[in-house]
Amino acid sequence: MLKAFFQKKLPTFELEINFSLSNGILALVGPSGAGKTTILQCVAGLQTPSSGEININDKIVFSSEQGVNIPIRKRRIGYVFQDYALFPHMTVEKNVMYGKPQKGSIPNKALTVSNVLEMLKIEHLRNRYPNQISGGEKQRVALARALMTEPELLLLDEPLSALDQDTRSTLQQELLKLQVQWQIPFILVTHDLQEAEMLGNQIIKLDHGKQEEIRKFDVAQ
Amino acid sequence: MEFSYVPIVLSLKVAFAAVIIVTCSSIPIAALMAKREFFGKDVVESIITLPLVLPPSVIGFMLLYVFGKNGPLGKLFEQWFHTRIVFTLAGAVIAAAVVAFPLMYQSVKVAIENVDQNLEKAARTLGAGELRVFFTITLPLALNGIVAGLVLAFARSLGEFGATLMIAGNIPGKTQTMPIAIYFANEAGDTGQASILVIIMTIFSFLVIYGLNRWGKGSRRDSRGGGA
Repeated sequence: MLKAFFQKKLPTFELEINFSLSNGILALVGPSGAGKTTILQCVAGLQTPSSGEININDKIVFSSEQGVNIPIRKRRIGYVFQDYALFPHMTVEKNVMYGKPQKGSIPNKALTVSNVLEMLKIEHLRNRYPNQISGGEKQRVALARALMTEPELLLLDEPLSALDQDTRSTLQQELLKLQVQWQIPFILVTHDLQEAEMLGNQIIKLDHGKQEEIRKFDVAQ
Repeated sequence: MEFSYVPIVLSLKVAFAAVIIVTCSSIPIAALMAKREFFGKDVVESIITLPLVLPPSVIGFMLLYVFGKNGPLGKLFEQWFHTRIVFTLAGAVIAAAVVAFPLMYQSVKVAIENVDQNLEKAARTLGAGELRVFFTITLPLALNGIVAGLVLAFARSLGEFGATLMIAGNIPGKTQTMPIAIYFANEAGDTGQASILVIIMTIFSFLVIYGLNRWGKGSRRDSRGGGA
């Protein structure tokens, strides 16, 4: 469960956002520079909102009023970067292992690397380095790495924008499946309205930092 | 006169010791300067880089003042370790470290700044604290620049002349390093000794530059990589 209402001053406009999400996928759509990535980074703790509150599973991670700002590494958020941000000096396996919690903090989900690699069909890439795999494969590794941290919320920043149409369609289907499997809310940033309509149970359109339109569909199970 | 290899040994000792000091001090300072903003940062940056442009005689003069018998650090050394810096190999090491520091510092700082910040952010979202981010992401990815700086600092330490002469003097077998031995052998008309040392220094310096260039090309090729 994620509740977020906050403002963030940007050089040319002020971002104002108010949404909540219990499960399923929230798609944030808008043109470049609309503030989509800033929203993700505020939720993740990579940027600090000017004011407001962010609440994940009834835990306040940011509150300007109470002076709370929990550091990123304690927010239990998976983040998939637009350019994947895979560590180039580590193999696929080491990349995925990087964020594995020391003790299985959620016992029923206690994950092994093999589980996750298998789930994303990248087991054969285990010992390869990021510069030896394709864009679609990098995307899967980035997803695997984020899921390995056993997050309570997954943020995806234009995860499919750099991929060809075929790979993109395949991964769209897999994202839908993964969400059902993991039962945690996903927030997906995209500039493609079609993609948002296909993946989002909930859609927020952004323009110049303003929330324009919210559509809610039933959470598909 | 017979050829003496002692200056070579002394030079290597000085250069190794100086590089250890420079490496240990430049990496944390460069990391701090690359990552943090603070009041007076530009002034600190200028002071750190100063030995790169100051004449060696000025550095030598300053070091003599600071480490001399009545200098602030010279006195401390005398009291704590009952030893002095001036006219010893330790003085040569300090002179070499001071002139080599900016080379290493700049190389490391640029390397750290060039590490993709998204990778560091990604590591933080994966639960890493700042130290873990630095040691597992920033440092390994800046390694090329660090090694390049290290080699340059070593070569610079080996070739240090002016400041070394002022603080360590020219004591054969004790503080007479290669560049100083060359100068005084030539002054004394011993061109044999001087030319052998000149050839050694030139070959070594050539190998350092050549090696760095080759290695730089190689690592650029590696990092280009390419998708499947």
